[in-house]
Amino acid sequence: MKSKTSIVLTGIGGQGVITASNILGKAAVKAGFNVYVSEIHGMAQRGGTVDCTVRIGDVTGALIANGAADVILSTEPIETLRYIKYSNKNTKIITDITPVIPFTVSAGMEDYPDLDKIFEELKKYGLLYKIDAVKIAKEAGSILTKNTVMLGALAGIDILPFKSQILLETILENIPKRYKEINKKAFEGGLKAIKNH
Amino acid sequence: MEILEETTGEKLLLLGNEAITRGALEAGIDVATTYPGTPSSEIADTFSMIAGEATKKNKNPRFYFEYSTNEKVALEVAAAASICGLRSLTCMKHVGLNVASDAFMTYVYIGCKGGHIIVSADDPGCHSSQNEQDNRYYAIFSGAPMLEPANPQEAKEMTRLGFDISEELKLPILLRTTTRLNHIRGPVEIKKLKEPRRKGYFEKNPMLVTTPAVARVRHSELLKTLKKAEELSEKSQFNYVLNFGKPDHWGIVTSGVSFNYVKEIVEDLKLNIKILKLGMTHPLPKKMCKKFIKACKNIIVVEELEPILEDQFKVMAHDIGSNVKIFGKSTGHFSRLYEYNPDIIADAFSKIFNIKNPFNKPKGSEITLPSRPPILCPGCPHRATYYAAKKAKPKDVIYPTDIGCYTLGRYKPLEMADLLLCMGSNAGTACGLAIATEQKIISFMGDSTFFHAAIPAIIDAAHHNHDVVITILDNRTTAMTGHQPHPGTDLDGMGRKAKRILVEDVVKGCGINQVEIVDPNKIKETTEAFKRALEFKGPAVIVSKSPCIILENRNKIKRGEDIFIYEIDQEKCKKCKICIAQFGCPAFYYGKDENIFIDIQQCNGCGNCATICPFDAIAPREVTK
Repeated sequence: MKSKTSIVLTGIGGQGVITASNILGKAAVKAGFNVYVSEIHGMAQRGGTVDCTVRIGDVTGALIANGAADVILSTEPIETLRYIKYSNKNTKIITDITPVIPFTVSAGMEDYPDLDKIFEELKKYGLLYKIDAVKIAKEAGSILTKNTVMLGALAGIDILPFKSQILLETILENIPKRYKEINKKAFEGGLKAIKNH
Repeated sequence: MEILEETTGEKLLLLGNEAITRGALEAGIDVATTYPGTPSSEIADTFSMIAGEATKKNKNPRFYFEYSTNEKVALEVAAAASICGLRSLTCMKHVGLNVASDAFMTYVYIGCKGGHIIVSADDPGCHSSQNEQDNRYYAIFSGAPMLEPANPQEAKEMTRLGFDISEELKLPILLRTTTRLNHIRGPVEIKKLKEPRRKGYFEKNPMLVTTPAVARVRHSELLKTLKKAEELSEKSQFNYVLNFGKPDHWGIVTSGVSFNYVKEIVEDLKLNIKILKLGMTHPLPKKMCKKFIKACKNIIVVEELEPILEDQFKVMAHDIGSNVKIFGKSTGHFSRLYEYNPDIIADAFSKIFNIKNPFNKPKGSEITLPSRPPILCPGCPHRATYYAAKKAKPKDVIYPTDIGCYTLGRYKPLEMADLLLCMGSNAGTACGLAIATEQKIISFMGDSTFFHAAIPAIIDAAHHNHDVVITILDNRTTAMTGHQPHPGTDLDGMGRKAKRILVEDVVKGCGINQVEIVDPNKIKETTEAFKRALEFKGPAVIVSKSPCIILENRNKIKRGEDIFIYEIDQEKCKKCKICIAQFGCPAFYYGKDENIFIDIQQCNGCGNCATICPFDAIAPREVTK
């Protein structure tokens, strides 16, 4: 087992990226590991791009160096590419396939690149896993479980130094009772999507 | 509540900010005060949450907590409590200490009795700030002893033990943090919570009245106390040397979060080196530092922002006649700009040691990505106010802005933020612009900012009859920093009923006669109010009242109410693009054939798009969020 596991979580403010990072950190503590999580709060959360990092094991810092991520877990395709500097050829890149159009594009100032081109580009940088997290989340019962789908997908690539059951338990411990069932479905949906990839 | 966990020795995963609050609870905190500001906010929010829970259960919280009107008031309230023997904590973002500095500088002269920790949360890299000033200078400037934690565990312990240091020296302590301490989570081993003292007593003492004669005496006493502080620094558990491999004549001096990156890189590169890790950085443990200098031929100083340790180490080296070579900012290996990361440090070390950087150079993708800056949320009432003001069609108008969400009005298509200095500056600069130019002026600020710092400038406008339009965006919360209450809300930071101060009452009390209250969601009426304000000769104030949509929707969900999201009837849409290109709600996007759609993930259901659409093409959908 590697003594350090470094995960970059990216997406857009409001998509639950920070919550997912926090839960991943809590799961690591629950499993008895040392962990550091870095978050972005404040202005950057207002619909802007967000990058969080989680580092598990023999680490003292929360930030990840260029090319040193084991996983990039992203809730939006261009946000995956935005943080690609963290990848190396062995990095597992898990991305949701549904674009969220930035207002810079809506307002006609910039262009959203062709999706297939983005995915082709991402394949150059690491091992790409595309998942339809929006669809899986809706099937589970709410679009708001998208971040749980992503954590399920993360559990599916067998890179965490602890059992995926611990991650699921941690998610369920940290949400109100009435959302537990749909989050369980979302997690399992994400996990299955990766296993069938 | 996890933060109040009683099992000693348990490890909790805490945000650096939560760890500070926990440290204060383990020290028996009596009084905590703040004005919210990223990256400091969660320290106070955690106190507020604990107090709020107690209030809900009709229990007495362990401590008194308040969101004060501004940082100066926060410091004064807590300083008085400390002078009465209670343990106090005041937290703020770095620029908040500028606001509090008038009180702070003289407070250090008279000192405290109960321990007082003043947290300054600096923001290297300006993640959420208007500058990246290095507040370590405030410790040197004022004389306050300073602690600098590197991780949440240390933040908790420094806060807990900082109270003891403060009481021993009878001086407030500056706990200087940075964004990557405030907003990283790490394991924190907890200790027992301590019972607070609860009541203090003010002992009269002429030395507490800083007349010039007293100030001269107190300054001299302060310098004596700093000698004692230096002795504490020599013995402090937060200052220590770590050896890696077989250290020869190379050493590293570092403090704060830089230590985290330095340690891992030293391990990765298998360097034979010693690290002097400084946690109590004012006053420096000079004996310890000089001993370290003597043991080195080369020292690398790694500190974010200003060369504060670097310059002091040069002075100390000079004092002992050492020829030690000091690498840092002056040798060009490190920058005074922005925050550090593992790559920056590895790059500097690879140059200094002439070895290969263990990390990849970032490979840029050839695909150009659209930027995604932070924006006003879909449904934000500020957008409606901005849009309405623009519709008043003033020619050549200047829009002074302020600190808060509405700063985001600077982006296209609104582009209604032209000048910004600091909290409250919209009103003061509006007055100056009115004197200097013939241009029209419409300034914008939030309600919390109004109470914090804009009132004196509004009085200035009234007294001198400056021809300005000042807009107060009253969304009944301090939104950008995480929805804290303020004097205009009817609950305080402890969840208790509080006197609600109405913005318009204060404005009228400041001597402004032309005051209009508008609901920005009634866009036409709001535009008319702006027209009247622009025509008025002299200062006019518009108070635009509508709650923050994020908070409002959260409350709707709590109350079990539906939030209807909107959709565009493609048959009716004439593609005039007003919704997307002029109003600029970020939930709108172009689909195939330039058809316009509303993203269901983003729509917050304000319905203003339906109001501005000239073709009645937008209506609520059947589905709810």
